[in-house]
Amino acid sequence: MGAQVITITSGKGGVGKTTAVANLAVALAADGQKVVCVDGDIGLRNLDVVMGLENRIVYDVVDVIEGRCRLRQAMIRDKRLPELYLIPAAQTRDKSAVSPSDMVRLCDELRGEVDWVIIDSPAGIERGFKNAIAPADRVIVLTNPEVSAVRDADRVIGILEAEEKGSPGLIINRLNPAMVRRHDMLSAEDVLDLLAVRLLGVVPEDENVIVATNRGVPVALDGKSRAGQAFRNIARRLKGEDVPFLDLDDQGTLWQKLSRLTGRKSS
Amino acid sequence: MRFFERRPSSAKSAKDRLQLVLIHDRTDLTPAVLDALKDDLLTAISRHVEIDPSSVRIEVAHEGRSQRLVADIPLRSVTRRRTG
Ligand SMILES: Nc1ncnc2c1ncn2[C@@H]1O[C@H](COP(=O)(O)OP(=O)(O)O)[C@@H](O)[C@H]1O
Ligand SMILES: [Mg+2]
Repeated sequence: MGAQVITITSGKGGVGKTTAVANLAVALAADGQKVVCVDGDIGLRNLDVVMGLENRIVYDVVDVIEGRCRLRQAMIRDKRLPELYLIPAAQTRDKSAVSPSDMVRLCDELRGEVDWVIIDSPAGIERGFKNAIAPADRVIVLTNPEVSAVRDADRVIGILEAEEKGSPGLIINRLNPAMVRRHDMLSAEDVLDLLAVRLLGVVPEDENVIVATNRGVPVALDGKSRAGQAFRNIARRLKGEDVPFLDLDDQGTLWQKLSRLTGRKSS
Repeated sequence: MRFFERRPSSAKSAKDRLQLVLIHDRTDLTPAVLDALKDDLLTAISRHVEIDPSSVRIEVAHEGRSQRLVADIPLRSVTRRRTG
């Protein structure tokens, strides 16, 4: 049985694709799955730092494609988990160094090695995006509950349908429940209504994501973080488990409620 | 008084604006093209039957991710037939 190849894309940049790839990979690997993630953002390598593996890079994805190393040599093992690997992007090349068929060939080789291949797509709808979606069995579109991100997500979903990649799954990232309650942010239902695709999960805005990224330890490894919990749940849904959606409308501790009533910022 | 009228929430504005913009993105129908199309349709239909242009509604409806152009054109009940 071969691996499932999953690509995470978004249209708009900075919405959390790289964060999601790192966290889903870590969550699946922590669940005993063999996972390799591939940084598809050639020239803007980032998945390595988000995963905390930047000091261990020798070869990159373009080295594999151009035959300068064997596939195994470019797979950096994440020592925190039994079977998690990263194939980094090339930093000094551009997207034209890779073609969609190169990516298909690379992933076909990976299919025999692991259970999951997770590809981090660059922003946009051009070459890098085409490269990233070419080998995908399933595509995940990630968006934020904001007008520009939702609009770009809709464009990408349209392109995926036109390219017969099927209807993608949706992750809504950085949802702020307090703002949704105040009707100052699109709710998950609003976004779903607009995009009309299947929801895979909602990840709340969470400071722990930034703290975790500072340290190079994906937040899914932090048992207490809500974003980490959301990513772990999405990973289980990818495996086909039926996991109920998190109640993000939790009003917080009594202290936080009181601070909100008195208009004070809660810590 | 207008002064006391409540503004819609910003989330509502976002959803309403997105709803329109996504229809245009998906179909390549800008509001201007839609207006031109409406005018042409009205002219064509008026050549055959009498209609009241102000009661005509032509809009893009959507169901899931697919859109349809829906025209609602009430016909006037008249005994006189137009010839021109
Ligand atoms: N759920 C979240 N809560 C808070 N910050 C987030 C969340 N998801 C992502 N971020 C932050 O948003 C920024 C962009 O994320 P990144 O994953 O690099 O986006 P992309 O790969 O789509 O460009 C980063 O600083 C990241 O730490
Ligand atoms: Mg990125």
